[in-house]
Amino acid sequence: MRAPLSWIREFTPLDAPVDDIEAALNRVGLEVEGVEQPGLEIVGVRAARVVDVVKHPNADRLTLVDLDTGDGAARVVCGATNVHAGMLAPYAPAGATLPGGITLERRPIKGEVSDGMLLSPRELGLGDDHSGIMDLDASIAPGTDVREALGLDDVIFDISVTPNRPDAMCVVGVARELAAAFRLPLEIPVPAAPTGDEDRPIGVVLEAPDRCPRYLGRVAAVTMGPSPAWLSQRLVKAGLRPISNVVDVTNYVLLERNQPLHAFDLDRLAGPGIVVRLAEPGERMTTLDGVERVLAPEDLLICDADRRPQAIAGIMGGGDSEVSDRTRAILLESAYFEAMGIARTSKRLKLRSESSARFERGTDPEGVPTAAERAMELLAATAAAVVAPSAVDQYPRPVTRPRIQLRTSRVNRILGTALDDQTVLDSLRPLDIQVTGTGDEIVAAPPTFRPDLEREVDLIEEVARRVGFDSIGRTVARPQEQIGGLSHSQRDRRVLADALVGVGCAETATVPMVAPDALADFGIGDTVEVANPLRSEESVLRASLLPGLLAVAATNAARGRPDLALFELGTVFFSPPAGAIHPVERTHVAALLTGTVRRRPVEPDRAVDVHDAVDLMTLLADALELADYVVEPEAIPGYHPGRGARLSAGARVVAHAGQLGEGPLARFGLEGPTVAVEADVEALRASPRRDRAFRVPSPFPPSEIDLAFVVSEEVPAGAIVSTLRDALGTTVEDVRLFDEFRSEQLGPGQRSLAFTVRLRAPDRTLTQADVAALRQRGIDAVVERHHATLRA
Amino acid sequence: MTLADEQARLDAALDEAKVAIPNATSTAALDDLERRYTGRRSSAAAAATEGIKDLPADDRPKAGKAVHEFKAAVAALVTARRAEVAAEEAAGAATRDRVDPTIGGHARRRGHLHLVTQTRRELEDIFIGLGYRVAEGPEVEDDWHNFEALNIPPAHPARSMQDTIYVRLGEPEQVMLRTHTSPVQIRTMESQPPPIYVVAPGRTYRNETLDARHSPVFHQLEGLAVDRDITMADLFGTIETFARELFDDPTIRTRFRSDYFPYTEPSAELAVSCVFCHGEGCRVCSHTGWIELGGCGMVDPNVFQAVGIDPEAWQGFAFGFGLERLAMIRYGIDEIRTFVDNDVRFLEQY
Repeated sequence: MRAPLSWIREFTPLDAPVDDIEAALNRVGLEVEGVEQPGLEIVGVRAARVVDVVKHPNADRLTLVDLDTGDGAARVVCGATNVHAGMLAPYAPAGATLPGGITLERRPIKGEVSDGMLLSPRELGLGDDHSGIMDLDASIAPGTDVREALGLDDVIFDISVTPNRPDAMCVVGVARELAAAFRLPLEIPVPAAPTGDEDRPIGVVLEAPDRCPRYLGRVAAVTMGPSPAWLSQRLVKAGLRPISNVVDVTNYVLLERNQPLHAFDLDRLAGPGIVVRLAEPGERMTTLDGVERVLAPEDLLICDADRRPQAIAGIMGGGDSEVSDRTRAILLESAYFEAMGIARTSKRLKLRSESSARFERGTDPEGVPTAAERAMELLAATAAAVVAPSAVDQYPRPVTRPRIQLRTSRVNRILGTALDDQTVLDSLRPLDIQVTGTGDEIVAAPPTFRPDLEREVDLIEEVARRVGFDSIGRTVARPQEQIGGLSHSQRDRRVLADALVGVGCAETATVPMVAPDALADFGIGDTVEVANPLRSEESVLRASLLPGLLAVAATNAARGRPDLALFELGTVFFSPPAGAIHPVERTHVAALLTGTVRRRPVEPDRAVDVHDAVDLMTLLADALELADYVVEPEAIPGYHPGRGARLSAGARVVAHAGQLGEGPLARFGLEGPTVAVEADVEALRASPRRDRAFRVPSPFPPSEIDLAFVVSEEVPAGAIVSTLRDALGTTVEDVRLFDEFRSEQLGPGQRSLAFTVRLRAPDRTLTQADVAALRQRGIDAVVERHHATLRA
Repeated sequence: MTLADEQARLDAALDEAKVAIPNATSTAALDDLERRYTGRRSSAAAAATEGIKDLPADDRPKAGKAVHEFKAAVAALVTARRAEVAAEEAAGAATRDRVDPTIGGHARRRGHLHLVTQTRRELEDIFIGLGYRVAEGPEVEDDWHNFEALNIPPAHPARSMQDTIYVRLGEPEQVMLRTHTSPVQIRTMESQPPPIYVVAPGRTYRNETLDARHSPVFHQLEGLAVDRDITMADLFGTIETFARELFDDPTIRTRFRSDYFPYTEPSAELAVSCVFCHGEGCRVCSHTGWIELGGCGMVDPNVFQAVGIDPEAWQGFAFGFGLERLAMIRYGIDEIRTFVDNDVRFLEQY
């Protein structure tokens, strides 16, 4: 909403400094996005008449324009296509200054000297229109200063109006807030249009009165033409482009009173009648913008007496009855449409207009006749309108002000204030809220242009706005009945993230929409589809964190960072169980290592490998102190078939790790070994935890024995470790694999694995005989369970 | 062999030792020399000792004494020189055995939490200090929790303020990626009776193309307090206390301006005095002296009714911050897409 100060001043005698006005608007919730004072910066720009337009000799898209500048002639080079002889345009000669402090120079453009330039509205600081040169009122004398011609010695407040305040989307509404803020009177002149003698009665049939509670039609004979300068200037300053006197007047009233109006060419309607009805299924109509719209039965139409649609109610008219320069009489519509209905149709048709923006937020049903009267008053002045004496006003159920109980005690209880009755009452009155009674018996009747005021709490907000949020104190409420803190699950998630940070991983935050194929690589087909994805190829929600991490790895590799240690902890999504509409959401943690572990020259460099990934997997389990978990080889979809592992705790698999396969790597354009781990956080958490009861460290010396076995490749080292631990019981302190080798002597499919076992008893020094017995027990167990042979 | 011969050989050996030992340059060479003069076998002292038995009985004690004096003299020479050599060797080790420590190990680098996680934890911890719990909810929400229960009925203009990403579940436009963390308010109030003091941090989604100022994915932290007599002054004071703790600056002021959210009434936009220029005006605050941090307000009675809480018996406040926005302000990050880009140079910076 662009509100010129000169217009606001028609309704309230406001002469506060611009900064104070801006601050006041911001305080009451009318956020000022910009303050424009075009007249302050424009120097030397004058109106000039276009005498002739010829093609630029050296450029197809440029023209040479000869101008009558009032005190002489000038020639400028111009790129706009709307310049024609006889047009009056804003002309900035060399030396003139434009908004932004730009000063023009005389300079050649493609070999032709341009003596200044012609300006678009945007170049004059009047909104965003840059589609062509501004067309000034032809009655202005060439040479007139453009500030005078356009009324630019003004201040324009560009206000962002929240959706609950349709009343503030007009100049009167802004003036009302300012009058209240500055304790000034607000005077809205009551319009009175002179009427002619000839009456042209029209019939209005409301077939859907719940959707159109009020419809007023008024007829006038008009003489089409341009608007007078003062009117078109105001529209321009408010950001609208003048079109013709009749259209401009409807826009003027819309901006002034927040009442959208529509003018139909009366002679192009099938008789002097209007039918307001719902659309037939599949009915079509072409709107003013030339688009054919397919309608639905929930759409409200304004039709002529033959039921032919002439407008989509409250949103946009049709071409059939559009006013033109041949129009001699109009039927002016001033109506009140139910807001939600307009919003639904506007949203479905993706069709928005100044009208729909206002109707869908809620206009004033009681303002309908005044707005029509104001339009007729203006048309009489600008289009020589001869107004028919009678209007038809269909308004079967008049809307009255609601009556709302307001308790001063409640105001103070919500706001934490100590306001007295008088302050509460005085704060509401300037907003045209009628108040009676005192204490907890106040009855407030807000005006019908404030659809947002329905309940006591809405009035409490008005009181708060009026007394000012600055006058509310600062206290702190603290819970009496709970202790602040994280849940156990939240703490464990921090533990997992911190563990990965501790070993050098950097946390990522990736977009959880991924390509279905990127999940299929990992054997995941159970996904949740996005109905309106941002990118068509990324059409499902992630069910694994790995595609996101792979994409990050690829991006960074392309930027010269191929050696990466990344992790993410976040939500993944699976399709819901039958009958449910919510996906199954799980929290996963995943890490990805790529490239080379660089240790030269201290140690050799090496590529990341499976063991790095398994280390991270056991790190996660250890971070949460899982008890008795087991790591075993596993063929995992998406991973190298012989280089994957799972971690089980209790009877459940809770994590996977390994080297990724060619499929995922190729999809993301990654080369070289890439290893990963992914775990389900709640599954990890649900696993049995280590007993935290204290165990006294044994004071007795340890004994170490080395054992080497030849076993089949099918036997994982981890299984032998488990067997040794099981067999040797509490005397085992540590079992460590220190050597692995294969040879021809061992034969194909066999390998040698050598372990160091550290033994220690809690209660005594182990004797040689003890150690020998334990050694034999370990050997026997491994030989028997794994078909191993002891290497001598 | 006479005693005189013995004495002469020992004297000769000692003269030799007096030259050799002070010139020894290493502990090992000293050890060799010591062995050569006084070792048990084939040393000058050993030979002299061996010769004693062949001397006349009267001379033997004198010879023994001579050997003893010889050994003591050599030992004194060795001891004196040993200390010197040790000092020389220690000095030599600094160059001879040195390792360039600036080569460094490269394996153990610290990792990094994402800046959003760091910010989230900071905020969580401040509110935990004020007695709050951390609430959570699903990222895929239904229309009821994301909109309807928050006083945003179908076709409400506020819905067009939030471009929604829907998923293909339930009825069309019934199930969506949550557009804000506010549905966690609803879920919390549905699942526990008041009083309630929670913050709900989390990921939120909008149907916006990623660019400098928009991201389809971002994070919010929502706060909700419901108690018997909680007021707007409590809301303002809580926000101010939080802001002073976050920026570690007791002079921070807060400013509240009327705003509109469907789920709070009254509603306010909240800003803090600029932590960089302290209100003087700078680039960060666009020369206004204030930085907008989020929105807040008193819980709308319609929201209480939606979750079955009596708005006459209970009242509450809610607030919300954008975590990326907060980090952008504090660290001078210009583009929100930085947070989704996951460039390790950014990740490793914090």
